[in-house]
Amino acid sequence: MNEGATSPQQPETLFEKVWNGHVVKPQSADNPAVLYIDLHLIHEVTSPQAFDVLRRRGLRLRRPDKCLATMDHSTPSLPTSPSGRIPFVDALAEAQVAKLVENCREFGVQLFDLSSSRNGIVHVIGPELGATQPGKTIVCGDSHTSTHGAFGALAFGIGTSEVGHVMATQCLLQYKPNTYAVNVQGRLAPGVTAKDLILGLIGKIGIGGGTGHVFEYRGEAIEALGMDERMTVCNMSIEAGARAGMIAPDETTYAYLAGREMAPSGADWDAALACWRALPTDPGATFDAEVDLDAASLEPMITYGTHPGMTMPIRAHVPNPNGSPSEHKALQYMGLEPGQQLLGHKVDVVFIGSCTNSRIQDLRQAATVFKDRKVASGMRALIVPGSKEVKVQAEAEGLDRIFREAGAEWREPSCSMCIAMNGDQLSPGEYAVSTSNRNFEGRQGKGSRTFLASPLTAAATAVRGVITDARELGGV
Amino acid sequence: MEVFTKIESKTVVLPQTNIDTDQIIPARFLKVTDKSGLGENAFADWRYDATGGSNLDFPLNQPQFSDAQVLVAGDNFGCGSSREHAPWALLGCGLRAVISTRIADIFRSNALKNGLLPVVVPPAFHQKLLGTPGAAIMIDLTSQTLTTAVDGTSESFEIDGFARYCMLNGLDHLEFLLQQGALIQSYEEAHS
Repeated sequence: MNEGATSPQQPETLFEKVWNGHVVKPQSADNPAVLYIDLHLIHEVTSPQAFDVLRRRGLRLRRPDKCLATMDHSTPSLPTSPSGRIPFVDALAEAQVAKLVENCREFGVQLFDLSSSRNGIVHVIGPELGATQPGKTIVCGDSHTSTHGAFGALAFGIGTSEVGHVMATQCLLQYKPNTYAVNVQGRLAPGVTAKDLILGLIGKIGIGGGTGHVFEYRGEAIEALGMDERMTVCNMSIEAGARAGMIAPDETTYAYLAGREMAPSGADWDAALACWRALPTDPGATFDAEVDLDAASLEPMITYGTHPGMTMPIRAHVPNPNGSPSEHKALQYMGLEPGQQLLGHKVDVVFIGSCTNSRIQDLRQAATVFKDRKVASGMRALIVPGSKEVKVQAEAEGLDRIFREAGAEWREPSCSMCIAMNGDQLSPGEYAVSTSNRNFEGRQGKGSRTFLASPLTAAATAVRGVITDARELGGV
Repeated sequence: MEVFTKIESKTVVLPQTNIDTDQIIPARFLKVTDKSGLGENAFADWRYDATGGSNLDFPLNQPQFSDAQVLVAGDNFGCGSSREHAPWALLGCGLRAVISTRIADIFRSNALKNGLLPVVVPPAFHQKLLGTPGAAIMIDLTSQTLTTAVDGTSESFEIDGFARYCMLNGLDHLEFLLQQGALIQSYEEAHS
């Protein structure tokens, strides 16, 4: 590959523009490219061993001003007591969070702890703060870093060794991935959401379909999405195996960012805007791979198996494993039979939250269903806003009251039941409809059985007690 | 990083497709701030029963595979999260290489930084390995070949030159980046 050598006339994709603008040392036969990182997001789970490497080698953070830290995975979704006691699930979780506080203090990293009004899930707060911007390279020790691509940033998850690399050098060693256009034509029908769109894509190309590639979501349906919805789409790029997913910035993006705390302002804003407007893929630029998706034909989607590619329209019947032992095993784990409908299937817990679907738009959608309805008897519904800011906004709009009056639990920001590290989890064998991103075996607690779906489907399921197509309920 | 040149070992086979990082090391074991306990909890939900006892149907619990250094896994290994705890857990139970037909990007990247060799093989060769658990295999990183004792056949495999050099010499990737200080400095000056 020949980066840095493209002539100005050669049309480039959004990805190529961002990549080429961050190459510190080009890729060669001997080494991957050295890529500069503009924003490094840090949380408690994937950073402690990296800080230890720095300490052991006597290194400092090269650019602490380009790092932001939050705590989200091991933190409780129950409130801190008036006396200041934080109800951690166990001593390990508490120690992990304490370690983050200690590390951030020692190395000079800005940390939004649980007492901060800016605390929340790492992929919710970056955009909220305006730290996530078009054209930036953004990394985090978390695979759902792809979320930030919704702004036209190149954003991807890294392992802990690489967390250490960025801390020490503000750079990463990377081979240039291939590009993959995801063309989504038409418009989503009423009651069909961004979550259904991305589940539809993963179902179509499979969970390894994007391996080695960076997606660019394009087309009328994508342009029509708001930022919260675009984040839902980009968030699950990794679930199709892609390193990252990007959406070209446009007026929707700029309107979201304008006035945010860490976004440029004044003359800096005008200068930034001029750069951002040059980012979208040039006409005539080509992609290494391409897929077309018809938005209008999409239905609300739901997963039936143990990975996000095992997905189908909510009214469909569970497909036959066709001799695949793994698919057969997945259905066995889920306690499902080929040919059965999921509509009407009993569910124990509904979880609305996670970096996929915990933003204000998601909560507004859920509230349209919960309004003047009750959570079904015997059903537990957990609603976990993605950040303090989302929580405050939801409460200002009275959404929390709708949830509480319906009988749902309104919690504090956390990754919560998406990854089940903080005590929010299913019991073995229990079923959840969850707005999160992974339905792997045991993901929501040992023996847990997860159906991934949109906030609308989750809320409709909560009020009926069984898997429900939200379009059947009036007023949605 | 430990030097990796050549290993000769028997294989242990997990034929399931799409083995994700939540299976390799469930999230509840990620609360450690070091690498403790990861090896014994690799594949915890498959390896141990509800009471914490060893599930004897699970290959890694069977004595004949206890010294296997090479894991042969079903298609598309390592999808899911970016947790480096996954390769740490596999190394912690004595594995040095993973063979599949497709290996997820972040897992592969993490594995290479820890001396765990990810090897992608064609479907036919993969089928042969899946069908012969415990067979001896030789993986030679210098020549980028693996040879199975089942029928003596060999297959070559791809690995990027940089990762290969680092593994052969036991060098860590951070060292290379630290040597780029001047270039990084110029980049920062040009982009401030």
